[in-house]
Amino acid sequence: MGEFNQAFIYGCSAIGAGLAVIAGIGPGVGQGIAAGYGANAVGRNPGAKGDITSTMLLGQAVAETTGLYGLLIAMLLLFVKPFKI
Amino acid sequence: MLQAVLLAGDPAEKVDFMIHEVFSYQLFGQTVRITTSHVCLLIVVLTLIAFFIIGGQIFRHASEIPSGFQNILEIIVEFLDGMVDKTMGKKGKGFRNYIGTIFIFILFSNISGLFGLRPPTADYGVTLPLGIVTFLLIHINEFRYNSVKDIWKDKCSPLPAWFPLWMPINLIGDFAVPVSLSLRLFANVLSGTVMMALVYGLLSKVAYAWPAVLHVYFDLFSGAIQTYVFCMLTMTYIKNAMGPDEVPSAKPKTEKAEDEASEPEKAAA
Repeated sequence: MGEFNQAFIYGCSAIGAGLAVIAGIGPGVGQGIAAGYGANAVGRNPGAKGDITSTMLLGQAVAETTGLYGLLIAMLLLFVKPFKI
Repeated sequence: MLQAVLLAGDPAEKVDFMIHEVFSYQLFGQTVRITTSHVCLLIVVLTLIAFFIIGGQIFRHASEIPSGFQNILEIIVEFLDGMVDKTMGKKGKGFRNYIGTIFIFILFSNISGLFGLRPPTADYGVTLPLGIVTFLLIHINEFRYNSVKDIWKDKCSPLPAWFPLWMPINLIGDFAVPVSLSLRLFANVLSGTVMMALVYGLLSKVAYAWPAVLHVYFDLFSGAIQTYVFCMLTMTYIKNAMGPDEVPSAKPKTEKAEDEASEPEKAAA
């Protein structure tokens, strides 16, 4: 019985980890939008390419954080195994 | 059980990105474990010390027309100083040393994955202190450049100063800064480490030479971007806490209004 429960918990943890990394969709869309507007801005004003690129990268990295939180949750579920019997 | 989750029953522990214990000793009844993180951190720090000693020697005998290694050092120093000056303005002159130091340290830590080390920044015990130092700097400078009354007013900001209902929310926002800064750096580097471990572990026979491309992305590109972001955010937060440079308060407002007025025209064009 205990063996079954352990396996059940690990299976559910794996499913939860998979669900947690769905969080990656949002940053993907957001970074794509940011990159699109960055390309737009460079097209309008090629002289400011350096500033635009650095601002875009900074914003993208900040937007990436939520996705990374999802990844961290997945990591915790898979490897730290908080729900042990 | 790890293999059952990751590798569908492979008995050999091939996928390995964990922190391992190198040796442990007893101190005041506690077991102190020296891990691979410590060792890699030590290697990085020793490399940096050697780098700085050589750099100091070269700058001591600097020539008017730079050549060789002095060129590289001048490029690095000028880049870092320029970055700090551009972001922090007049008040930020004193932060050149700190920002330059953490920039070089985080950069070397991140790209140490190229040399077969486990990046020290893929350990939350390394990135959280960096976040805490940033947090302390933010609030020390807030109290240095602003009066207590202004800070109180700022903490109650959307509501009037005599009604501090909103203050817990603002305080949570303040305490979220070091956590989010350190988690961002940690999770980025950790994700790169995990990806490389998966590639090397699961494709052991196939992974020859071509993972170098992945190293360029996960170690060099991602590491450099995250270094830049960490330093940029640190500088931005500190600058916000310090308040604006000594300029007449009416001037930036009119500039802003002009910008806002001119933007719809640009969009229309």
